[in-house]
Amino acid sequence: MAVLSGAGVEHRPAEPPKSRTRWIASEEASGLALISPTLLYALALLFLPVLIVIAYSFWTQDYLTIDRTFTLENYRTALGEPIYQDLLVRSLVISLVVSVVTVTVSYPIAWFISFHGGVHKNLWLFLITVPCWTSYLLRVMSWKVILGYGGVMNTGLLSIGLIDKPLTTLLYNSNAVVITLVHSWAAFAILPIYVSLEKVDRSLIEAAHDLGDNKVMSFLRVTLPLSLPGVISAFLIVMIPTVGDYVTPKLVGGKDGVMIATAIQAQFGKGANWPLGAALSVTTMVVVSAMAGLVVLALKLTMRLAK
Amino acid sequence: MSGRHGIPKSRWLPAYVGLYLLFLYFPILLLPIFSFNNASTTTFPLAGFTTKWYVTLWGNSAMLEAARNSMIVGVSVALMSTILGICAARALTRYRFRGKGPATGLIMAPLFLPEIIVAVSLLMILLQLGIELSLVTVILGQVVFCLPYAMSVLISGFDGFDRSLEEASLDLGETAIGTFRRVTLPVVAPAIVSSLLVSFTVSLDEFILAFFLSGTEPTLPVYIWGQLRFAAKLPGVLALGSLMLLISILLLTLSEIIRRRAEYRLRAQGAQHG
Repeated sequence: MAVLSGAGVEHRPAEPPKSRTRWIASEEASGLALISPTLLYALALLFLPVLIVIAYSFWTQDYLTIDRTFTLENYRTALGEPIYQDLLVRSLVISLVVSVVTVTVSYPIAWFISFHGGVHKNLWLFLITVPCWTSYLLRVMSWKVILGYGGVMNTGLLSIGLIDKPLTTLLYNSNAVVITLVHSWAAFAILPIYVSLEKVDRSLIEAAHDLGDNKVMSFLRVTLPLSLPGVISAFLIVMIPTVGDYVTPKLVGGKDGVMIATAIQAQFGKGANWPLGAALSVTTMVVVSAMAGLVVLALKLTMRLAK
Repeated sequence: MSGRHGIPKSRWLPAYVGLYLLFLYFPILLLPIFSFNNASTTTFPLAGFTTKWYVTLWGNSAMLEAARNSMIVGVSVALMSTILGICAARALTRYRFRGKGPATGLIMAPLFLPEIIVAVSLLMILLQLGIELSLVTVILGQVVFCLPYAMSVLISGFDGFDRSLEEASLDLGETAIGTFRRVTLPVVAPAIVSSLLVSFTVSLDEFILAFFLSGTEPTLPVYIWGQLRFAAKLPGVLALGSLMLLISILLLTLSEIIRRRAEYRLRAQGAQHG
């Protein structure tokens, strides 16, 4: 499916406008005029709201009134209180683990479709993407049915005699959260990896073979480095949204699987503390962006060293 | 075994692909299986075939209300994100202008932001402005979220468009509007239909924004979320989920067929032009 493939739109530098009248009739003006409804919409309902969240994170709330004096108090709480520290660290660790696992298990599939998909590549991609488009809530719930005490996994294992009483360690912990999230994000990881594998020049691999590289070496030295952009975007596409996931930890996470979104939501519910909720949101955004940057850098460095 | 270009095909790979598909599809297939199961628990072995869970759905006015809400939201979101997506996709594929990169970045940003943050920030600004939460606020929020999906489909549809066709039409004396209607639109129509279907599907399944912004009018996922607390309601939810699954798969298959047909047509056209 081509849903994500068009995301990287190329942009060329525009020529400087010569004069006012020519500018109005120019490509630049037409382009800007045409994109402006969408752009204004995104500015009003995405950019502005995020700015408000940032502003709120520096204010304080006294019951229902907002005190607009600048303060870092919310950040002190968000970063200093052990409970928020724990939640933030756990969310980051879980989303990192989910991204690593998702990318690792998805890479061979993307590779299989790209190199052995033949004429049915599109059909394969479609097959892989369908489950990811079906109700997210119900998919999570399905995992609850599979991993639960009287669930499919336990009854299955009992009936083949592998265990003699149901396992209680399957559900309501961070493992359940990881499994469920990997399942949810698999297709989103496969697509970018597939796109970058499609761009790999097949003759380079042939050349590597001709020059005496075995399967593994030619993969490590040719295919993997050339598909790295896809791996990086797959990593980010999985990591960034999973940090703030609300449904999965709530349904299958139990006490040990709670993540930061639950804390953010709590601050916007009853007994609200909007500024603290805002600070938690901004912290999550900043930390996840920083981590995304680090991951990209680390992957690029490893690849350079490997060469 | 060796594939084309001397690329090795190992024996374990097909097995792995099989396992992976099982992992992907098993949880999805459980829903319809248990929705026809004659027991209120979700355990194997199955207790017998029944359609009673589906029958109870029809009498459930709260569920029907939620379904109606989801339809209203889905159709509005599909229309709005596709119209806004057309403007942006056409501007991006047709014209050169400064600020293209940042503009694209902003519109695509929801893909790269934790969704809860989009939801929370919208909630704050709406309440700040004193706007009451309703289906309208859900629609406004979901359009932001659906735009990247609509845009991706539209950009890839508009990208293959041969600009000389438009120029020829204008040279032959057709007006700009006439050219759009008679030359541009037929070529880009499949992308537009795909975008409508994809946005509708995304909206139908979207939970977080609807959860935060719907006030007292739940959409289907918000209704389901409320039901999940009660174990006894589970079979009914499974039946509802199976129906939603069926609708999503139908819509996606339709959009994929339309997209592939268009791709095929474009390729055939390209071959004709040399």
